[in-house]
Amino acid sequence: MIREYTTISEISGPLVVVQGVSDAAYGELVEIEVGGHTRYGQVLETSEDYAVVQVFEGTHGINLTETKVRFLGKGLTFGVSPEILGRVFDGIGRPIDGSPAPVPEKELDINGSPINPTARDYPNEFIQTGVSAIDGMNTLVRGQKLPIFSGSGLPHPELAAQIARQARVRGTGEDFAVVFAAMGITFEEANFFLEDFRKRGTLDRTVVFLNLANDPAIERIATPRVALTAAEYLAFDLGMHVLVILTDMTNYCEALREISAARKEVPGRRGYPGYMYTDLATIYERAGRIKGKKGSVTQIPILTMPEDDRTHPVPDLTGYITEGQIFLSRDLHRRGIYPPIDVLQSLSRLMQKGIGKGKTREDHSGVANQLYAAYAKGKEVRELAVVLGESSISELDRKYMEFADRFEKEFIKQGQFENRTIEETLDIGWRLLSMLPRSELKRIKLEMIEKYMPKKAEE
Amino acid sequence: MAQVVRGKVARVAGPLVVAKEMQGVKMFEVVRVGSLGLFGEVIRIEGDRAYIQVYEETGGVRPGEEVVGTGELLSVELGPGLIKNIYDGIQRPLEVLWKMGGSFLVRGVEAPSLDRNTKWHFEPKVKIGDEVSEGDILGEVPETSTVIHKIMVPPGIRGKVIDIKSGDFTIEEVVAVIDTGKEKKEIKMYQKWPVRMGRPYRKKVAASEPMITGQRTIDTFFPIVKGGTAAVPGPFGSGKTVIQHQLARWSDADVVVYIGCGERGNEMTDVLIEFPELKDPRTGGPLMDRTVLIANTSNMPVAAREASVFTGIAIAEYFRDMGYNVALMADSTSRWAEAMREISGRLEEMPGEEGYPAYLASRISSFYERAGMVEALGSPERTGSVSVIGAVSPPGGDLSDPVVQATLREVRVFWSLDQQLAFARHFPAIHWLRSYSLYVDRVGEWAKEQIALDWVDNRNEAMRILQQESELQELVRLVGYDALSPHDQLLLETARSLREDFLQQDAFDDIDTYCPLEKQYHMLRNVLHFHHKAIEALEAGVDVKAIVTLPIREKISRMRFIPPDRLDEIKAIHDEIDASFETLMKKGGEQA
Repeated sequence: MIREYTTISEISGPLVVVQGVSDAAYGELVEIEVGGHTRYGQVLETSEDYAVVQVFEGTHGINLTETKVRFLGKGLTFGVSPEILGRVFDGIGRPIDGSPAPVPEKELDINGSPINPTARDYPNEFIQTGVSAIDGMNTLVRGQKLPIFSGSGLPHPELAAQIARQARVRGTGEDFAVVFAAMGITFEEANFFLEDFRKRGTLDRTVVFLNLANDPAIERIATPRVALTAAEYLAFDLGMHVLVILTDMTNYCEALREISAARKEVPGRRGYPGYMYTDLATIYERAGRIKGKKGSVTQIPILTMPEDDRTHPVPDLTGYITEGQIFLSRDLHRRGIYPPIDVLQSLSRLMQKGIGKGKTREDHSGVANQLYAAYAKGKEVRELAVVLGESSISELDRKYMEFADRFEKEFIKQGQFENRTIEETLDIGWRLLSMLPRSELKRIKLEMIEKYMPKKAEE
Repeated sequence: MAQVVRGKVARVAGPLVVAKEMQGVKMFEVVRVGSLGLFGEVIRIEGDRAYIQVYEETGGVRPGEEVVGTGELLSVELGPGLIKNIYDGIQRPLEVLWKMGGSFLVRGVEAPSLDRNTKWHFEPKVKIGDEVSEGDILGEVPETSTVIHKIMVPPGIRGKVIDIKSGDFTIEEVVAVIDTGKEKKEIKMYQKWPVRMGRPYRKKVAASEPMITGQRTIDTFFPIVKGGTAAVPGPFGSGKTVIQHQLARWSDADVVVYIGCGERGNEMTDVLIEFPELKDPRTGGPLMDRTVLIANTSNMPVAAREASVFTGIAIAEYFRDMGYNVALMADSTSRWAEAMREISGRLEEMPGEEGYPAYLASRISSFYERAGMVEALGSPERTGSVSVIGAVSPPGGDLSDPVVQATLREVRVFWSLDQQLAFARHFPAIHWLRSYSLYVDRVGEWAKEQIALDWVDNRNEAMRILQQESELQELVRLVGYDALSPHDQLLLETARSLREDFLQQDAFDDIDTYCPLEKQYHMLRNVLHFHHKAIEALEAGVDVKAIVTLPIREKISRMRFIPPDRLDEIKAIHDEIDASFETLMKKGGEQA
């Protein structure tokens, strides 16, 4: 049965209201025909006599009399098959690389379903990214969702690309894939990633979804969902280890706000809808591992904090859902430190389960804790020294200050193509800790100090 | 029985469905919506229209589909099989759903909350001819290695026992028959209870016994009692969940109900995988043997999140009625409040502060008021308690958030988590100057009798030192450390030792993760003893640098890694402090 209507009664922002529809399903996919072109939309609210439809490509050019609205009887789906690897799609999953659409093995609802918590397998496999600030201090594990909190102008694309390039679970040569979803970023930024994939020859293991800055904003609502549908298929049907990069989540949230405003909903903080936490959770929670399945979905969403403010709703709600965050600091960036990761403000909640004997090294936890404590102390002293002058701080405090400086220059700072093993990272840590008196190393067990402390420092 | 209500879907907006032709439906009645039979609950009635919050994703539901009433209010099943189980927000067993429907949650699936096939061993505690009334214990079922499940006469029943069985039964089998005069009531091992109603008890009593958590900051500084209420607010990454997990692991409750309300799926998995491995320090049994889990993770339907908190507390009250001390953790109540806000918004109610419904505060208080220590109904006489520890996740860590404020009016313990402490990896990041516990005096009295006479004095002295530290630090920022008097320099050193050697506790270290009260006492005593000795030495003219560099300090800083069964080693440090000061004074004398 074709359910076609020409009864649009209202157009408001990205929404149209269609009258006389009595059986539109909530979330149903809609085709809208405007001047010979077809756009897609989705039912946001349905009742016995009208349906509210959000139009992905925007409502420009739609009129009340001639525009046809067709209800397709299904939700928005994405056709998956092994052939999606190496392909480029638009924000709602239509191929844009010039080749015909891959023949789908099956059509999957882009909203997915929540993983049953009992079916989850706890993520505890250490991923070595080769970046000391991450591996040593905020360890990433397979199946984690670890966002990068960045700001405009900070080198998050470089860092994300470096992670995608270097991330390996040691001692395995397992199948991996990258799913890259761009939401509202510039052509240049997207191109940077694509070039990087191309250069190292992994484009054929990558699925790309592009919604660029000049593409319809509302389409961005679907982009991460389509991408994660592809990722879940690759991971749980094909058994691949999938790294998903979602950038930039701030643009996604703005699209969400736009729809909410058009629906005249009661706004939450800064005009973002009150349900944004739940909405973001339905994206971020689609990471993880499942018992009895080989693959995994690891997410690295990227977001830019407006005015570098971590209490802004987008980073704030994200931080409450994700398993930590990698926090980029403008201050470190200005001082020429790459990657400019502020380790104190960063966190990996799954770190403790992914490190230690048999995974990284037995001293990892103690070293990381001690580095944190010492760096925090060093930074505090540094601030004090600015006020009081270096001469009036104690000798011990001066050592801490020197530690903080060297920590930034030797531990955090590294090259974009420098791939450090975890042992190298930890050994740098020990070298730095050896600057401090032993009695200050309260976070590390004595046996570890005996075993790993560089011997020269003890004399 | 009332007639089954059958209506039709008229409108769908997210988790809210409006149905028409629903005459006769009850407020808070459970209904099944649409061809998939999605679970929902009636939350508003207008004429023949019922507003239904649906506990499952409503995608694909269309107007005209059928809505069927069940005649029942949203209820939980209470009986053997609760412990070790993991449920979603409306008490569907997730483990069973996994076996039925696969790794991803499918909609409209029904499964009994309690397994119908397991045989439980029922040991009667009454005889034929006994007069019994509500709450009386009819018999016992050893449910796990640590929990004896008491089968009680359900509320509202009174009469004479005319049959009582003994042996192995499923929960559907009759284990007793009670002649109420009017009818012969068959008693099974489980009962149903509407979640939004508190279970009855004889009376509330004031609680005074501490709930021991093995966390130094909590037990020594900001204790909670059995039957008490506590809130843990903090920005993301400040360690709310780790504290909740630590309490679920180590607190000396008989039963733990852990509600993961709108939080991360992996955190629930963590508990599920870890708790069967961990040993309860009191009973030696696996921790899972006293734990009930409710998992309604952030991506699971929002309306079920609203229900999950009530489901959890109804289960907690049930075990309380058996005479157990129950600890309930809700992580996070903010997500629960947000669920209320979302539903309220869809109902187009007039919003209160920050868009939250006007009844936010009364909902929060009605939840926390279900905590407490009570004398249970029935015989034998017994008291039980429900302690509630709620995490709060205010936006940006801002404590002026309506959920935080409504919660603080209600709870008696406030563990304020501090972001700066978390950045420096000082965990637990409970800020010692901003937190409080209104149970300090009551627990102090208890500790005086049970642990040591000077427990309270030590605590108060330590608090004073920390308070002075914050004042002195202001000064240091202006004039520098060296300008302080030797006494003040010493005080700063002692405060640092309190923070780093006592307050800080590593949840991931095998030994440090749990610290018994005795060990806490001696650790604190040693830190303070060093301070007292140091003052004496200062007054005798010893240089402050010589004092703070004494090697014994390294021993003090490593006390926490000494296992509790080697308490003597910690006690011995007390005398070693004396000895090292003696040597120091002698040396000082020689030099002078």
